[in-house]
Amino acid sequence: MLANEKTRGIFWQIVLVLAVVATGWYLVTNTQANLAARNISVGFDFLQREAGFEIGESLIAYSATSSYSRAFLVGLTNTLFVAALGIILATLIGVIVGIMRLSDNWLVSKVAAWYVEIMRNIPLLLQLLVWYGLVTELLPPVRQSIQFGEFAFLNQRGLRIAWPEPSMALDMAGWALLIGILLLWFWRRHAHKVQVETGRQLPVFWPGVGLILGLPILAWLLGGAPMGMDVPKLQGFNFSGGKLLSPEFSALLIGLSTYTAAFIAEVVRAGILSVDRGQTEASMALGLSPAQRLRLVTLPQALRVIIPPMTSQYLNLTKNSSLGVAIGYPELVAVANTTMNQTGQAIEAIAITMAVYLVISLVISIGMNWYNERVKLVER
Amino acid sequence: MDWIKKNLFSSPLNSALTILFVGLLVWLVPPAVNWLFIKAVWGPQPIEACDAVRGQGACWAVVWEKFRVMVFGVYPYAEQWRPTLAMIILIGMIGVSTLRQFWRPALGLAWIAAIVVVFWLMGGGFGLTPIRTEQWGGLPVTLILSVFGIAFGFPVGILFALGRRSKLPIVKAISVVYIEVVRGVPLITVLFMASVMFALFLPEQLRIDNLIRAQVAIILFVGAYLAEAIRGGLQAVPKGQTEAAEALGLPYWKMMGLVILPQALRISIPPIVNSFIALFKDTSLVLIIAIYDFSYAVKKSVETDFAWKKYFVEAFLFSIVVYWIFCFTMSRYSQKLERDLSRGRNRVDAH
Repeated sequence: MLANEKTRGIFWQIVLVLAVVATGWYLVTNTQANLAARNISVGFDFLQREAGFEIGESLIAYSATSSYSRAFLVGLTNTLFVAALGIILATLIGVIVGIMRLSDNWLVSKVAAWYVEIMRNIPLLLQLLVWYGLVTELLPPVRQSIQFGEFAFLNQRGLRIAWPEPSMALDMAGWALLIGILLLWFWRRHAHKVQVETGRQLPVFWPGVGLILGLPILAWLLGGAPMGMDVPKLQGFNFSGGKLLSPEFSALLIGLSTYTAAFIAEVVRAGILSVDRGQTEASMALGLSPAQRLRLVTLPQALRVIIPPMTSQYLNLTKNSSLGVAIGYPELVAVANTTMNQTGQAIEAIAITMAVYLVISLVISIGMNWYNERVKLVER
Repeated sequence: MDWIKKNLFSSPLNSALTILFVGLLVWLVPPAVNWLFIKAVWGPQPIEACDAVRGQGACWAVVWEKFRVMVFGVYPYAEQWRPTLAMIILIGMIGVSTLRQFWRPALGLAWIAAIVVVFWLMGGGFGLTPIRTEQWGGLPVTLILSVFGIAFGFPVGILFALGRRSKLPIVKAISVVYIEVVRGVPLITVLFMASVMFALFLPEQLRIDNLIRAQVAIILFVGAYLAEAIRGGLQAVPKGQTEAAEALGLPYWKMMGLVILPQALRISIPPIVNSFIALFKDTSLVLIIAIYDFSYAVKKSVETDFAWKKYFVEAFLFSIVVYWIFCFTMSRYSQKLERDLSRGRNRVDAH
């Protein structure tokens, strides 16, 4: 019977499934016995209990009396916040360094090359520890803050800046910005359609500036142009008021973005190099300006090569933001760690963390695949 | 002169950029050189010498003061020749493995022998004083975690790579789920799992210590990445090779072992080297679960000493230089290898 390839395949798969089930059963029974011995109940009930620990910084309302599920939500928002800002910053630095490496200027390309070689060959964790150490140790204590006018104070506890007081007019400006972006998108589509049909080029740049900048300013003026600022004030041993950029957050953001930028620079360089020289020559022959050449010919083709590795760099950055736990930034892993230590619900806490990261990975991949689909070369 | 004109001042924009960057370098480099080298305190000097130039020069004396603790962690002082020898063996084996004339089956046997000897040297027994893994520390641990991680992760990677390309649906599903889940989560969560959950998974009597738990976690983690590297190699082997092997009547494992894998692995060597570099950097994460690798030993060596604590930047810079030399050398090697291997292939194609 085992001589038949099909039955043999089925046989081995049954063996494999049995082995997996047996291992799983063994681990589960062990775990149950161990948990029973330690008086830990399994399940996610603990999420409703009061967390009882403070979290240093949070984008949503949170206090020690909030529940564990709320604490996890704070961790998740902090992770997403630092990852989103990190992705933007890393892309900016990475694209600049990547283009610098391709410069004809010997000095510029060497500086960029050494930036890449230095940053990507040092463990991120050590970079974070150094950034954090520099921020907390080398900056002055609170009472001797470095002052930028009345609006910003830099000290060991971070950077505190004045922030506009919330008002109706600012909300309106925010909505106006959103509407402006939406209108610009429609206008660009319309302009593109007109160009394809009639060859006439409609202006896009200045209407864009008007929609993105002008509309919100108009809304703010209509709202009465409030100028109220929440200014930081020294009270006792610390500042109050304004917005605080904590040392933990700053160190993590700087570390993540400068490290990932080195990898992104390589991705960008490889992408631009992948575009055939003939394409550049052809567009020169057509009389396109250097800016048009880059925007209409080189970039669309380079993007096809750039996007897949760029996606994995974005994913790496998001996963690496978990290193914030080492310098005390309250992101998801840090919250999970505190929760584990307090409740002993290690399995649940780790399971939640892993599930969240899997979902994030999945969402970023799907989003980037969708974008990749759009810029893909349409073969004839 | 010609060179300068062509490479630095070829256009107005380039001239402006050159001036900008020269200005930037003049502004940054001399103070850095001054702090790092000229005003710095070198050699085994007392802390007072450092305090005298604090803020103006680096205190490299901290490296001399803490050298043994940084490199060996809490390994017993009198026995530190053993980890030294272990490191020499591991680094020597890595060096030998980079040379292509040694790429033959005997190298695998040499690696197995080296791993056994390293274990014996570090752990003792058979004539050496036994040293428990709790006392292992520093650079040898970093080397062991990364080298063993790749060495044992390799078979894991091969199995899952083959599984992912298997025609059997259940085998394929299990492999895909394993690879994607592991690659989707950060290493630190896997390490937490190792340090907290492994204890729950195993029966009460079976207690495995921290270092080995972390090592197992690293092997399972890197296995998924190696699986993807090897899968890339498997995909690059022409289909005709499989068909020819099947036509010869070779059973699956013989076909893989004798025909497909030798070709696939050769193609996947550069990505495997890159995985090794990434892993070498990533082993520093065990610091978070308090395992004495090199970075944790460096961190602890200054953190626990109140007097020297303020010179932590210099201590970290020392560890950064060590990591950097390792990773930079390997990445240069990987680039060269990639060029050499692809040149060989291109030549064959041309004929």
